[in-house]
Amino acid sequence: MKRQQVLDLYFMDARCKLIELAAFLDRVQRASGEADFRLDGFRGALRHLSEGDVGRAERVLHSLSDPTLEPIPAAHGKGAIGAWPGAAAATHP
Amino acid sequence: MRYIEPHGHMVSRTTDDYLDMVTAGCAAVCEPAFWAGFDRSSASGFRDYFRQLTEYEPARAAKYGLPHFCWLCLNPKESEDLSLAADVLKLIPEFLDRPNVLGIGEIGLNKNSRNELRVLEQHVDLAARTGQMILVHTPHLEDKLKGTRLILDVLKAEPRIQPERVLIDHVEEHTVKAVLDRGHWAGMTLYPISKCTPARAVDILDVYGMERLWLNSACDWGESVPLAIPRTALEMRRRGWTAEAIDRVIYQNPVRFLRQNPRFTLA
Repeated sequence: MKRQQVLDLYFMDARCKLIELAAFLDRVQRASGEADFRLDGFRGALRHLSEGDVGRAERVLHSLSDPTLEPIPAAHGKGAIGAWPGAAAATHP
Repeated sequence: MRYIEPHGHMVSRTTDDYLDMVTAGCAAVCEPAFWAGFDRSSASGFRDYFRQLTEYEPARAAKYGLPHFCWLCLNPKESEDLSLAADVLKLIPEFLDRPNVLGIGEIGLNKNSRNELRVLEQHVDLAARTGQMILVHTPHLEDKLKGTRLILDVLKAEPRIQPERVLIDHVEEHTVKAVLDRGHWAGMTLYPISKCTPARAVDILDVYGMERLWLNSACDWGESVPLAIPRTALEMRRRGWTAEAIDRVIYQNPVRFLRQNPRFTLA
């Protein structure tokens, strides 16, 4: 596809999602109480959006992922929450 | 347009969904065994579920002229209980000769625990001993990357398993290459929030090509869209894909993988 075609097809959708992201960050900031590691993980992932080379989606996914290889001793729940608790330390040394 | 739904949890859907899918061009549906949303209390619950997948659900789909196939296993969300897993693993061979059973699935990992890994290895061993194909579930969100790596290592360590007879599902941008590089098939699941959106799935096809990739809706009792495949076909058409290329991804590719089991036949 030509870049112009991509913009014609996806710009409005991407614009909508960009504003949603901005509004989400405002909403979190206006709220009271402490945030948790998910917000740090989110901010760390956001940095990949302004990088110049392709592969941003992959790098965002990597930044929110558990990079370790050792199985955990036991599963105490079934759900996932979208960010790895250890990622905050890795992102903000 | 014609398409295969290679991963749909139809026991969670209404007959309206069958009607819509067939109207949209669905030519067959495949249903991997999965978590019911709560833990079953004993292996007898799985016996009932396997009967549902091999007797009742194919009959329900047949009312709409839709061939229904299934995969059997204890899903990774219930693998923490090794005693239950042992009982269910003993039960599965009773059902493997049923005419709509395609293999073992969806096995895999959920939280990447030691017990989940052990039960995954036991399922892989069962598939190897009985010559079954395998459908693999990869974990959600932050657990997917690690889980995919662990799963690939388990499969690599089992020489009786042919990589091309294994499909690893729910791949995303950060896992698809590793799966394809090992010679497996890869599935992209089209979900509204998690996993892949139609636009991202078509991006992955643009980057990695059409070889050994398929699309599925994985529609179940959660947020999911039974018509996600035809909607993604529309996304491909908007981007200028030819009808032949779309057919290759949504029909020919799943048929190619699934026909490795001779039970997968279409009228």
